[in-house]
Amino acid sequence: MSTSTGSQTQAGRTRTPAIELRGIGKRFPGVIANHDVDITIESGTIHALVGENGAGKSTLMKILYGVQRPDDGTITVEGQQVTLSTPADAIARGIGMVFQHFMLADNLTVLENVTLGAEKLHGIGDAARARIVEISEQYGFGLDPDELVETLGVGERQRVEILKVLYRGARIIILDEPTAVLVPQEVDALFDNLRLLREEGNTLIFISHKLDEVRAVADRITVIRRGTTVASVAPAEVTSRQLAELMVGSELPSPSTGESTVTDRVLLSVRDLTVRDAPTVPGQTVGRAVLADVSFDIHAGEVLGIAGVEGNGQTELVEALVGMRRPEQGSVHLADQDVSEWSTRRRREAGIGYVPEDRHRHGLLLDSPLWENRILGHQTRPPSVRGGWLDVRGSRKDSTRIVEQYDVRTPGIDTTARALSGGNQQKFIVGREMSGDPVLLVAAHPTRGVDVGAQAQIWQHVKDARREGLAVLLVSADLDELIGLSDTIRVMLRGRLVGDFDPQTVTPQELGSAMTGAGDEETAR
Amino acid sequence: MSVVRRAVVVLAAPVLALVVAGLIVSGLLLATGDDVAGFWRVMTTVPSERSIVAIMNQSTILYVSGVAAAIGFRMNLFNIGVEGQYRLGGFAAGAFAGQAWLPGYLNTVVAILVAMLVGALWAGIAGVLRAYRGVSEVISTIMLNAIAGSLIGYLIKRWGESTGNATNTKAMPEGSRIGTVAVFPDSPVELYGLGLLAVVVGVGFWVLLNRTRFGFDLRATGASESAAVASGVDTRRMIVVTMLVSGGVAGLIGLPVMFSQSYNYGSSFQTGLGFTGIAVALLGRNHPVGIAFGALVFAYLSQQANLLNIQAGISPDIIEATQGIIVLAVVIAYVVVRRYRVRQEQAQVARQLDDAPPGAAPASAATPAGGAR
Repeated sequence: MSTSTGSQTQAGRTRTPAIELRGIGKRFPGVIANHDVDITIESGTIHALVGENGAGKSTLMKILYGVQRPDDGTITVEGQQVTLSTPADAIARGIGMVFQHFMLADNLTVLENVTLGAEKLHGIGDAARARIVEISEQYGFGLDPDELVETLGVGERQRVEILKVLYRGARIIILDEPTAVLVPQEVDALFDNLRLLREEGNTLIFISHKLDEVRAVADRITVIRRGTTVASVAPAEVTSRQLAELMVGSELPSPSTGESTVTDRVLLSVRDLTVRDAPTVPGQTVGRAVLADVSFDIHAGEVLGIAGVEGNGQTELVEALVGMRRPEQGSVHLADQDVSEWSTRRRREAGIGYVPEDRHRHGLLLDSPLWENRILGHQTRPPSVRGGWLDVRGSRKDSTRIVEQYDVRTPGIDTTARALSGGNQQKFIVGREMSGDPVLLVAAHPTRGVDVGAQAQIWQHVKDARREGLAVLLVSADLDELIGLSDTIRVMLRGRLVGDFDPQTVTPQELGSAMTGAGDEETAR
Repeated sequence: MSVVRRAVVVLAAPVLALVVAGLIVSGLLLATGDDVAGFWRVMTTVPSERSIVAIMNQSTILYVSGVAAAIGFRMNLFNIGVEGQYRLGGFAAGAFAGQAWLPGYLNTVVAILVAMLVGALWAGIAGVLRAYRGVSEVISTIMLNAIAGSLIGYLIKRWGESTGNATNTKAMPEGSRIGTVAVFPDSPVELYGLGLLAVVVGVGFWVLLNRTRFGFDLRATGASESAAVASGVDTRRMIVVTMLVSGGVAGLIGLPVMFSQSYNYGSSFQTGLGFTGIAVALLGRNHPVGIAFGALVFAYLSQQANLLNIQAGISPDIIEATQGIIVLAVVIAYVVVRRYRVRQEQAQVARQLDDAPPGAAPASAATPAGGAR
């Protein structure tokens, strides 16, 4: 496949764009997922959409696939303005989506998986088989319709997913982080498939945050940051580094000039921490190392910022520190105690506060009132619990304190957590985790999906706590946050800590390079 | 929400479900050509004094069974094995009490503890399998039900005593039996003394759920396992302990009848209560008060069904269909009402907080470095 990769000449600029999004906005209570999104996707091109997780890519794609309705703006597909209310509408317009997590039945054959739910098109017999073979040959998929899916590798499964979409008549295909599950050789094969698909006149929308891959395959790149489109560039015009800057924002705030509060007392000491995934591919015995030989110290009064493109081991690091994930090797010391073998509860009792990345999954009981959520994670400690008994009065009183002190906007502490906006939920969590005199706060994306006002308040609380000697591990994808709060910034890449930066002097270029692995030679290993 | 409004919302689901179930059953009877008016006449007859006592007795038993199932349900553990647990527990208690190793009521108390222990251990097998081997508790408890039945049959045949054509455990001594309480002076049927266990179980269940750390962990695990794990709950331990508690309560189900009426474990031991308890728990939404309501409805329906064949010529089996339809209707009604509540509450919060900052503030409006200089 040595054919043109760079320009979009074969699409012809005069043709009607496949998709035009104009002024798309989507709000959820308290959160703006998208605003003023403008994208033009030319027909017959590979168009990449890049941005951090949480930047609003997935909401945008859900809008385009009819899963969610936009609050503002218009969608135009092949020159016609459309309203997409359900995925069926999108499919009828020739838009198909390949999800990151495959939706295949392992114990069925390729033919059965492809025809499932699309029996009306070509039946489930020889006509369907012929059509599958035809598509497979046209695009070089090399799939046998009668093979069981459970015998297929990851790359082949992905091709089955693409075939499913094509079989249903899609001409515009959205691929959600298709390379996340692939090994490098499979990525190359996928890109060959994508180029063939493009040559046959299909339009591909490719969502990713791996910049080198995006530059290798895309004709046009749109960057999304904080819910809106910030740039649309041709890959030849930009370097990976410039893209990284666009993704994370290049207007950096001046770092805090306040007195450093870092002491020389080591509070958290991590040595050689290694975590492996469960094996994902059949036949594999040992999983991928998602965290490899990670070592660092955090002192009392220090905020250690962990930068990095998501999926490089940050989640695993946080979960290993909190005790939710068993590391394969390595040790964790809190002050002078070895807590490596401790349970989550014991670690929390010892003073580890935890602001989880996904507050709905890990931080709250959504259908319980706020005062019950105050107990969560503090089930063995006053003021919410005494001995084996809940202290309802104590918990209610302390919830009221958190609501006042952390400015949680709620009608009262009997309101369920679900009814609050994301920002207020998060302020409550931060308030709770700061209770009970923590010595270490593990905060993963503490201001993600939070409105600007709440963001500033949460930042302020972290700074206040640091001044009082708290050690903080701050994992974030937001460079403003990292530079503004951290005393030291380290970058995670492929499960390892690379680079060690001083937020006073770091440039976004340096961080961008370290985060994407572009220009390894320049980063301080 | 005001108190009145809150009460309306709480009652809406069960009332809605009963109305819908009534309509469906009427339709069913119409379709089979039965006497619909007769059905409603019989079902709405005021029960006789004798029937009222029978309904109360059956309610207390179903209540204990419902709570046993609900304890597991509250953390998404589907203990389908209440049936086997209470039969085995009842058998063990009957066999123990019949031996009369201990004097008087001491014998009774220890027999009750034996029933709870055996029920707990039988459920614990499923709990351990689930926690440490990942075996679905639904499958294992169903299997354990079958094993319990065979095991009891074998043990009774081996060591029980034959009276006529029935085989029982030895009858317990008179001093260990529990009397009955007269409700109406003329009624030949009286309340089982151990029916009081239902009150103890109900209050205990409420306190456990709402006032203890264990209850909080249990509810948290049921509401969101991921959040519970992040908060430090050891879910494996919770699974085992919850199954033990559920099985322990299940062990009590058969005791009121045994200690006040049959005095032994044998063919007169009522079976099927464990499965009915599952339906009762569903109907009561696993809530201590709700389950009491569910138990009362089920007991009432079963008792009135006895008259259906005589007075309206309808097979009493229609009542089992009715009970099933009620449970389905309740499940659906609760989802509908819950969605309404969530929307209401969100709207209310939004109204009260109308001063919240308007949405699309520019991203650069706040920086972490700003402020605390």
